[in-house]
Order: sequence, then C-alpha cells, then structure tokens
Amino acid sequence: MSTPLLEVRHLRVEFPTRRGTLLALDDISFDIAPGEILGVVGESGAGKSLTGAAIIGLLDPPGRIASGEILLEGRRIDNLPYEQMRKIRGRQIGAIFQDPLTSLNPLYTVGQQLIETITTHLDLSQAQARARAIDLLEQTGIPAAAERIDQYPHQFSGGMRQRVVIALALAASPKLIVADEPTTALDVSIQAQIISLLKRICKEQGAAVMLVTHDMGVIAETCDRVAVLYAGRVAEIGPVHDVIHKPAHPYTAGLMGSIPAMDEDRERLLQIDGAMPRLNAIPKGCAFNPRCPQVFERCRSERPELAPVGAGRAACWLHAEAEAAR
Amino acid sequence: MSRPLVEVKDLAKIFDVSPPWLNRVVERKPRQFVHAVDGVSFSIERGKTLALVGESGCGKSTVARLLVGLYEPTRGSVEFDGADTAKTLASSGALALRRRMQMIFQDPYASLNPRWKVQDIIAEPLREHGLIDGVDAQRARVAELLQSVGLTAADREKFPHQFSGGQRQRISIARALATQPEFLVCDEPTSALDVSVQAQVLNIMKELQRERGLTYLFISHNLAVVRHVSDQVGVMYLGRLVELADKAELFARPRHPYTRMLLDAIPDIHMTGRSRTPVQGEVPNPLNPPSGCSFHPRCPHASARCKSERPAMLEFKGVRVACHAVEEGRI
Repeated sequence: MSTPLLEVRHLRVEFPTRRGTLLALDDISFDIAPGEILGVVGESGAGKSLTGAAIIGLLDPPGRIASGEILLEGRRIDNLPYEQMRKIRGRQIGAIFQDPLTSLNPLYTVGQQLIETITTHLDLSQAQARARAIDLLEQTGIPAAAERIDQYPHQFSGGMRQRVVIALALAASPKLIVADEPTTALDVSIQAQIISLLKRICKEQGAAVMLVTHDMGVIAETCDRVAVLYAGRVAEIGPVHDVIHKPAHPYTAGLMGSIPAMDEDRERLLQIDGAMPRLNAIPKGCAFNPRCPQVFERCRSERPELAPVGAGRAACWLHAEAEAAR
Repeated sequence: MSRPLVEVKDLAKIFDVSPPWLNRVVERKPRQFVHAVDGVSFSIERGKTLALVGESGCGKSTVARLLVGLYEPTRGSVEFDGADTAKTLASSGALALRRRMQMIFQDPYASLNPRWKVQDIIAEPLREHGLIDGVDAQRARVAELLQSVGLTAADREKFPHQFSGGQRQRISIARALATQPEFLVCDEPTSALDVSVQAQVLNIMKELQRERGLTYLFISHNLAVVRHVSDQVGVMYLGRLVELADKAELFARPRHPYTRMLLDAIPDIHMTGRSRTPVQGEVPNPLNPPSGCSFHPRCPHASARCKSERPAMLEFKGVRVACHAVEEGRI
C-alpha cells in the first residue's frame, strides 16, 4: 500500500475544566489514503466533529491536543504555529461545515469570497482568479455561474449555498477535504445531489475526503472505509461493506439494527438501551460495557485496544477471547 | 366500516405575508400570500397511523397545527369523531376536545419548560383539565405515566436539563398521554434524536399504540421511519397531497413521480457502492409556485397539460394520486 495521505496517531484531545480535565478524544488512530473517502460515524457527543476540528487545527479553546500526532504526507501538522497552519488550511486541507449559511460571510458576494480564497493560496491575478471562481461554480453545478458569482449568499437556496461552500473548499485543489455533516441541514432530494457532487468532484480532482456524519445511509453510499466512534474512542474501523453487513463490535451491530430499513418489516427495532456516557463518567474498561448485550467480566476492568478482525479492526474483547480459544 | 376518527376535507391555510401597509403604498409592493396548505383531504381510522412526508416547506407541520386547532383553517374542515373541530373549539366543548387530542413536538429541548420539574410539567394537563385532585393522587399518576414511557418515579423531582434528548422526548410523550387522549399528533418526534435513541422512542410509541389503541398523525421527512410506524402514507409537495396510499402499496409501487423521486433519493445502508441518478432541481419558492402541477419543473414526465392544468386527486385501485401522467397511463 502507498503511504497514507493523512495519519492520525494516538490522538488525545482534552478540555481542562474547573472540575477536572475531560478527555474528549481518547487514543484515536486512523489513516486516509490518497483519493480515499473515509466515513466517520457515531452518535452526538462521540467526538466525530472534534476529530475533524483537530485535523484542520480549529479546536475551540480550552480544547487542546494532549498527546498524539497528526501527519499530512508524513509531515507533522498538529504542532505548527498558527500562521503556518493557516497556509495549510485551504491549500492542502479544505473544510466543509454543516450549516452553509453560517460558513459564508453574508456581507460579501460569493465571488469576492471565492476570489479571496483563491488569491490567498494560489499565485493568480484577480482576473484569473475570477475565471477560476466561475469555473469552480460551474463544476459544482450552479447554473448561470457567470451571473450568480456577483450575488450574495442570501440570494442562494440551501442546496446552492452548500455548493458554493464546496467550491470554496476546492478553491486551491486541496488533497484532503474534511466534510463535517455536509448534508445534515438539507432535504433528502438535495442531499442526494450534494453527495453525488462530492463523490464526483473528489474523483476528478483525486482529493481524499474525511466525511463526518451520523447518517449511515450516506456513509454506505459514499465511503470506501468507515470508522465508528463511541465516547471518544474508535470502536471499529474497516471497509464500509464489512462494517455494515458484518459488524465486529456490538455497538456497531446495535447501531445498524436500530436504523429502520427500507426493505424489511420488523415489529420492533433493535434498541441499545441507555445512552452514551458523559465525558466525566466514562466507565472503566470498555466504554460501551454498561450497554453491551454481550458484556463479560474482562470488559468491565480492562480496556480493549483496536485489533485486526477480518478486513478491519475492532476494539472488543469478544474477538480477543475468540482468538485465544483457537 | 366504522366512521374514521379524523376526517379532513379540502383543508387549506393561507398566510398573509404582505409587506407592511406603508411599504405597499410607497414602494408599490403587492399583497402576498403563501398557500401553506392548499386543499388537503384525508381520513384516519381509529387505532391507525397516518404519516405525512415531504421536504421542508411542503406544509406538513401546518397540517398538524390545523388538526389540533393551533391554526384556524382558511378553507375546509377538520372533523374529529364526527364533530367539526373549529366549531367545537369555539364552543363550550373546547376543553373536552383538547383533552382527547394532544401533540408531541419536534424539539425536546424547546418544548419542556426548563424551570419546571418533571412532576409539574406532566401534572400540568392534569390540573388544567381538572382530571385529578389532590397532590398525592397527581404524584401517583405522574409516576405511572413516567413508568409507561420507561422512566422512573424518582425522575419526577428532576429538571429537564438533567435528561438526555431521548429521555426528554419520553417526558413529552408522558405529558401528552396525561389526559388519556385518543389522538396524538406527532410533529417530527424523532428527527432531533440519534438513531439508537430514535429506535427507543419509536418502539415506545408503537407499544403505547397497541396497548391503548391510540390514533397517530405522524409527520416526518424520513421515509424509513415512516415505513416503520405507519399504516397509511400521504406524500405532500408545496401544500398539496400528491399521493395517499397504504404503506405497503406506496413503498412497493409508488405512482407519483415525486414519490418515486423521494424513494430513490434516500441513501440506504444496503446500497454500499451503488450510485444513483439524483433528481435535478429544488423545491420552488412557495410564494410563487409553478402553474399547473407544482412538481412539473422537476418532473421527468411533464407534458404541456401538466404545465397548465392542476391535476385532481383521483383514485386508482385504492391509491389516490394527483398526476396527469398516471391518469393518462403514461407512467
């Protein structure tokens, strides 16, 4: 396998508070290969968005990286000074956020925002930048791009705004795009358009994507691999087909069973009782043990590490026991 | 066949969104109206669930509010158990009618008073309707209601912020059940929740329906959820019902092009790697809806007739569809 584009190694993010330090991300490790789409799923509070924020260097204080490394093409980016990170952000890593209205400045036209981003990162004249901006808007499927470039964000609909945000993220042809819930604020018919746009553009430009979402349907359709996060830890990571159809971790299995399916009738949905623990009360051992239907003694005392299971990796003692029994 | 519990006939709600009088006079701006709901008819049998689906702005929440009397209809009527709702609410029977229908809202963070304890929140309808006198009796009833939604009697003394989103939604359900209603209007009750928690809430809602014979109007934009909970499904587009069918029929053989499009647009976890052809275009501005069939600019089967003539709801083998192409047998 070629060298990964992005490597996240043992990342820990903590929030110091008056009542002690909360560990929001606890030993997260994964890679993204060039051109690959990695999905990151989990329920609210699992640490999905925080992982994205840590990678693009936009953790909200007092949050900070306590230990671990983030490498982009083999070069550490987690400890860079603000100005250097600012150059990487946009040039090498693009970002797309959930709400397309708040990620655009309402006081500037779409064109001004695109041209500013382009000239900051690329050595182009105003006229060249404008031509590129129009070209980007056309690529993202905005009709009459040459006219709409001079309009303000409020003149665009939600789906069109998200297209503009994607054009902004792509402005400097980054190698990696961090997309945090890019379709959550949109209707299903628009969501389908945006997802297929994202897939097509990344393929054309050879950009890798880290797609953060809570929608398993979107993951299933878009991603090559998927990481399942639970309480700030990676529960399972592997090829998307395996994780969905042969989940190795009981949490993943529960998550899949709780989604109402379109092609089968069940009287009751599988449910995981309880809720994800708060950061100040993460149980000892495996974080999922109080809700796990297959819990046993070891889960309550020892924390499982990610270990290979099939084509992927899972952090669960069930597999270690099965391995030992063999 | 027995009479349906809820019968809606040609229901319409028009909102006046005109600029203020001065702007109209000085800037010569015209009056403007939004036809939020435009001639919707359906009925719900006792003990059944009708789901309304559609994208944002299609008027599904307005229908919910019209049904419980939070809005007054501009045209048409809502009959509950044979009596006109608007008339009953204006008469002395209003309190009795309100006791029989309750609503569950989308956002469990906004629909519970943060300064009240759970005991006070759930006991409010009991006090308001004068159902149970005496503090001890009320406390006992609240404990019972909490247990019926999977919470405990000890939760009475807590405040809403001490609960997670799913637990709050259960408190909303317990409050709605306090008056022992027959009809529950649920406006996107699970769309603010995570999937595992959504499963818990949907399971509780189905159990309660079985035990108490409740009738639901279930509003959602999530077709998979709708498929799980409903008996009948109505698909709305720009204030109009475009298709109304039994669940099995609608999901197996969607007729209206918009229903087909919606079904095709949902990402499914079993479709790994499959690519789809997404529909073009967006929902038009409701201030200025297209002529004829409002779906025609996005419809692959649109003809000249679709652009000029508004299709009526017609029945085809038990399915009601408003589409010229279906009527003419083109699709």
